[in-house]
Amino acid sequence: MPKLLQSTLPVGRYAYDEVDRAFLAQRVEQFRDQVARRLSGALSEDEFKPLRLMNGLYLQLHAYMLRVAIPYGTVSAVQMRTLAHIARRYDRGYGHFTTRQNIQFNWIKLEDTPEILDVLADAQMHAIQTSGNCIRNVTSDQFAGAAQDEVLDPRVHAEILRQWSTLHPEFTFLPRKFKIAISGSAQDRVAARFHDVGLIARQSEQGRPVFEVIVGGGLGRTPIVGVSLRDDLPEEDLIAYLEAVLRVYNEYGRRDNMYKARIKILVQALGREAFLEKVNAEFAAMDRSRYRLPAEVVEAIRARFGAPAFETLPDGAESLAAQCRADREFAAWVSTNTHPHKQSGYCSLTVSCKPAGGIPGDATADQMDLLADLADQYSFGELRITHMQNVVLGHVRQDQLYALWQVLQANGLGTANVGLLTDIIACPGLDYCSLANARSIPIAQKLSARFADNTLQQEIGQLRLNISGCINACGHHHAGNIGILGVDKRGEEAFQITLGGSTGDDASVGQIIGSAMSEDETVDAIARIIDTYLVRRNPGERFIETCRRLGAAPFKDAAYATV
Amino acid sequence: MPLFENGQIMENGWQTAQEGVALPEGDVLVPLSRLAEGLGRNGAGRLGVVLEPADRVESLREALPRLDLVCVTFGSFRDGRAFSQARALREHLHYTGALRAAGHILPDQYEFLLRCGVSQVEIPQGSDPAFWQAAHTRFTVAYQPSVLDEKPEGTGLRRWLLS
Ligand code: HEM
Ligand code: SF4
Repeated sequence: MPKLLQSTLPVGRYAYDEVDRAFLAQRVEQFRDQVARRLSGALSEDEFKPLRLMNGLYLQLHAYMLRVAIPYGTVSAVQMRTLAHIARRYDRGYGHFTTRQNIQFNWIKLEDTPEILDVLADAQMHAIQTSGNCIRNVTSDQFAGAAQDEVLDPRVHAEILRQWSTLHPEFTFLPRKFKIAISGSAQDRVAARFHDVGLIARQSEQGRPVFEVIVGGGLGRTPIVGVSLRDDLPEEDLIAYLEAVLRVYNEYGRRDNMYKARIKILVQALGREAFLEKVNAEFAAMDRSRYRLPAEVVEAIRARFGAPAFETLPDGAESLAAQCRADREFAAWVSTNTHPHKQSGYCSLTVSCKPAGGIPGDATADQMDLLADLADQYSFGELRITHMQNVVLGHVRQDQLYALWQVLQANGLGTANVGLLTDIIACPGLDYCSLANARSIPIAQKLSARFADNTLQQEIGQLRLNISGCINACGHHHAGNIGILGVDKRGEEAFQITLGGSTGDDASVGQIIGSAMSEDETVDAIARIIDTYLVRRNPGERFIETCRRLGAAPFKDAAYATV
Repeated sequence: MPLFENGQIMENGWQTAQEGVALPEGDVLVPLSRLAEGLGRNGAGRLGVVLEPADRVESLREALPRLDLVCVTFGSFRDGRAFSQARALREHLHYTGALRAAGHILPDQYEFLLRCGVSQVEIPQGSDPAFWQAAHTRFTVAYQPSVLDEKPEGTGLRRWLLS
């Protein structure tokens, strides 16, 4: 096989070779055959369902939904254009970025799916294991390979885990889905403590990575912060140890009640010590050499990742500051939407997919094409989807930010709200989802419009507001500093408010403050909660910190104060 | 029900122990609860054990050298415990004899079964053997090691499935 030139490798993601392409083609053929068997009746719907789910195909309220995997959230400009094409050709002209760094198309026809999978395969993409009771798409840090505080780029190991988990013979029919996130920075941006397994990598003295392994976190009906099993897992045992964790889960996880089937329930039931004992017993008994991950294999995978060809630039902070002084709108955007880069003269940039009054996470085909063009022009052809449902350009020159911002502004993508109140996460809710109690999108839009004023948002500062349409918590409401949960109140759509959730190293689960209210009452109640914070906060105190210091009582009083 | 092994349809020559009835002559499969009875049986005939999904593989450790067949079972194809049981029999107990899968299984799972160490499957009623045959040759590579110790393909963790 001819060796690929470094420059032809896609930046930030693994480049397929002939073998990978052949595998994907075989997989699409398999699905085509399954669809045919379903249509002929050889497969019952009951039997077909898990097979289509393992290809990312859900049946929703009005149509099929196809969830396409974006491993560790990284896509190339070429792939983004493919997604735009799918949105145009097979959907209604838009797609929806998810909290697990994937993209969903909400209006898909079953007959079209094999063809869509072909189109995806041509762009080295697939929908494998984006649903079903298997190991799901592995997520990672949206600032991977760029962040100043990063120890190592977690995407190489995320890719190794993607490959290892792909059609895993033993773990494709687990008690329930299994989600892994991996961070290469001590600053946890992947919500490692809210995953079935969260991995936090650091560098050992020997120069190879070691991992902290956190297990049993999750949201859903039973939100739980994961427990740390060990913080010294050597790289070469990464796969062996995960095999051990999954074997214990596959054997002992509950299968009698789907709401109690996640690994978090098993870890809670056994307790950390007993769970760890079982994992260690399996780890000791297994044929470790078979599952060893040698440094050569890691390096072989790494060699298939493209790296950005940075230019040697002086730090651009000063001239950027001058541009900011001249243009206050630009300054606001820079302060919220950029992130420090390890390479001098560069920064990472988050493009907000949450304009005032918009639908969080939706992007039109035209916007996707534009983002692809901008990635080519400004960021080595690489984009990342974030679990906050935004898009990151990882490696942008500081001296090109202003020009880039103007293009974004002109196309409705220049909103300066990353990390602020209107950077809302919302699940699809009753507009799409058959399990929903309430619509998540309209209340998100109302809140987004209510707090659109950028000066006000900047004044309020860092705040995470998350909305789920039901207890399944796809919108991570209990991980939000403020959470909104859709409930059914005597047949009416209503909302409960939770306070105090957080995802980072200080992970905590938000608590419900009181009884449910209507959509408009909820929006007003949140405005009063914010007012209370503004009045009661100490200088420099973030919303979550004030919440923790004061407890829920004053906020609860404000929320239910009748005017 | 017919067996499928190495691409061939075969007769199932084994009898299954019936509850409340003495073990028959000849080759017989017993549940774990009747293992001692099976081992104590006089006369000719081979012995096999049927594992239910909740059974612990470890409980076969001592008897294993005297068994000619172990059968793991699927109450539903969605219950993947039998995959782990099969793999543990091969990897932890170093079992090298015949390993059968029975119950509600789909041809789409055939490769997984093989790679967990299963050597033969009992094809469920109404399942077309042609699908099983096709499933066997569908993929040429896999992305992780298995108890079959397939030949590494080169890059990363990949293995060649068909030698
Ligand atoms: C409309 C179709 C959807 C349905 C029917 C659905 C259903 C569910 C259900 C039943 C659960 C609970 C699973 C469990 O706890 O075991 C769940 C969890 C979850 N869903 Fe969805 N969901 C949908 C859409 C989405 C979307 C669009 C996203 C991303 C924006 C999403 C992200 C998640 C996440 C992250 C969890 C996990 C919570 C955890 O890991 O503990 N879901 N979903
Ligand atoms: S949280 Fe509930 S309403 Fe929202 S997408 Fe998930 S299942 Fe549907």
